[in-house]
Parts: sequence; structure tokens; C-alpha cells
Amino acid sequence: MSLYNTQKFLYELNRDEATQARYRADLEALIGGFDLTGEESNALREGDIGLLYVLGVNGQILMHYAAFLGIEWFDYLDQMRAGIEKYGPVRAGVYAMTGGGDSFTTEGKES
Amino acid sequence: MSLVYAGVLSHAPGITGRADLAKNTGLRDEFYAALDQQRQEIEASGAEALIVVAAEHFANFFMNNMPAYCIGIGDRYEGPIEDPDWLKIAKTSVPGAGDLAAKITREVMHTVDVAYAEEWKFDHGIMVPLNFLTPQYDLPIIPVNINCQGPPLTPLPRAWAFGEALRGACDSVPEKVAIVGTGGISHWPATPDSGKINEAWDRDFLDRLMRNDRAALMDYDDEETYQEAGQGGFEIRTFITIAAAAGGLGELQFYTAELPIFAVGCTVAKFSLDSAS
Repeated sequence: MSLYNTQKFLYELNRDEATQARYRADLEALIGGFDLTGEESNALREGDIGLLYVLGVNGQILMHYAAFLGIEWFDYLDQMRAGIEKYGPVRAGVYAMTGGGDSFTTEGKES
Repeated sequence: MSLVYAGVLSHAPGITGRADLAKNTGLRDEFYAALDQQRQEIEASGAEALIVVAAEHFANFFMNNMPAYCIGIGDRYEGPIEDPDWLKIAKTSVPGAGDLAAKITREVMHTVDVAYAEEWKFDHGIMVPLNFLTPQYDLPIIPVNINCQGPPLTPLPRAWAFGEALRGACDSVPEKVAIVGTGGISHWPATPDSGKINEAWDRDFLDRLMRNDRAALMDYDDEETYQEAGQGGFEIRTFITIAAAAGGLGELQFYTAELPIFAVGCTVAKFSLDSAS
């Protein structure tokens, strides 16, 4: 697992408009520039928020990436929860699970 | 003396980005009014520059080279790095105060080792406060970051010492300087637990902060904070730095845990400026 490299990919994508342009023009080439596992590459290729969360990507990085992908806030939270359901608990990084993944927001998508 | 204002406020991206989703619009607007009051107090102080002590969110630094503390000494900054439609803050250019910031950095270095940067991209951690405190972006900003995300984190007594060093530096320059710290108390930002707030923990921390009780503020360890206040709780470092810089008692102007869509206990407070210790 190369969580460091996965987060570095997202860090550079989040803050650098030139990297964002490369992402849109040739994602495979961008991914190829980082030493990533197949699972990590697929997660980035598919924008799999749930898997990236389970792999241990910091929320401050993941949240901005989700916004870049145009994922709405409640969908972002749901995709992390679905990731836990599908892939199991967070495997690495600063957080293992800090709670059960319940919603603590009284507001909802309908609001 | 040239430090003319010290205060703290929350910075969560939902405060602007999810404003329309808040159910309790009355409470939301009370919070916004408290932030506007803070803006007026900073303006009334005659501040010529505003130091914003923020929490690093991987907008500028990564784990290849993560400073415990960094001061921006540039003349202009860009922000937000986030999608402007998501944050609901347009991309803009913000004036810095490079010469003043360099003088402050030199002075701080007598007691605290800091990194400095002439390039800096603002994320929500600074842009949300500026959106309320200098909405015209006409007050020069000196950004300051404390690493609150990527352990190992700076110990709390060092955050206190950093605040004292900033105070001494501000008092050594002729310009009038305001300082705000921006962070969260308990919160679990950007995780599935977003919206969870430990109000009792928050209020206990704020009580210690408003009393400016150094011993009580130092009596936290990160493991306990993580359990009770989440990863976001590590950002108490920014508030502690301001308490140390101010030296005087705090006045809590607004706090609520009842806006979970903002994913943080929304806080506004100011401090009296006692003589630097």
C-alpha cells in the first residue's frame, strides 16, 4: 500500500490547476507518474470515494477531491459510508473509524 | 504596543458552502451577525494588517516537508483552492504584507523556529474567515499555519510559546496588527461522522480558553482529544496560540452546536490584550 503516494496525487490535483488540466486531458498519464498499487490506481481512475476513504486518505484531501469531481456534500458522506460497507474499516492513515458512520447532520438531501 | 485586536472564529467550509442547507436559519444568521461584529471590531481597532493563524489542510504543505509552523511573507495570495461553486467563495487575489510579515518572522525566530513561505494558496481555512472579516479583501493578510492534520503534531506548550512569540513580534513593530485564530473545537470534518459535535467538550474547552488558563489549556493530550473531539479537535492549537498572544481574558461572543450542517461548533470570541508575558 502506498497511501503516501495516493494522497500526494490528490494533494497536487486539489491545489494545482495545471494538474487538473492534465487530469482532464490524460488521466492515465497522470496516474502513471505516481508509484501506486493497482487498487489505488483504480480508485483514482474511477473516483471511488468510498475506497479512497477506506485506504486512509485524509478527509481534508478527499473532501476537496470530491468537490473537484462535482460530488454533492450528502453524496460524498454517503459514498464514504458505502465504502466502509463494501470494503470494511479504514485500513490506514490518521483515522481508523472515529464513529459508526451514522449521520450526525439533521439536514438532508431533501433540504 | 502594536497588537490591537485578538480573537478566534470557526472556518469550516460549510459555513459558506452549505449556508443554504442550514435548517435553523435564525441561528445561522445570528452566527453571521457575530462574525460581522468581529469584522467591525477589527476595523475599529485601526489594524493595518491581519494575521490569520489557521490550521493546515494540505493546501500548501504535504508530508514530504510539513512545517509545524509557517508564516506567509508574500505580497499576494490566491484562493480558494477549492471549487468556488462548492465553497461559494469566488477565486480572488488577496493582498499580503510581505515586509511586515518578514519583520515579524525574524522576531519570532528568536524564540520559535518557524518556516516561512512567499507562495501560499488559501483554502477554506483562511478564505471563510476572510469572507466575513474582510469581504472586500482590502486588508493585508499575514497567513500563519499550524500543522493540525499530519502527525507528529506540535505539542500544546509549543503552540503557546508560538503565540507569545507572535505577540512579542507584533509589539516590536510600529504597525497596528490584528490577529485571529481559526480552527474547530470538537469536530470530525470531512468524514462520515461530519456533523458530530461534542458540545460538553467544546464548552469545557471554551471555559478554559476564556479564562485564559494556561495550565488548564495545556492539560490535553492528543489521544484523549482524538477520542473525545475527533481529529478536528487537534485544531485547538490555533485557539491556544491566540490566547497566549492576547494574554488577557476572553469574551465568548457566540457559540452553538446546533448547526451540524456546518460540521463544527460555531464560535466567535475576542480577548483583552494584557501586557505580553
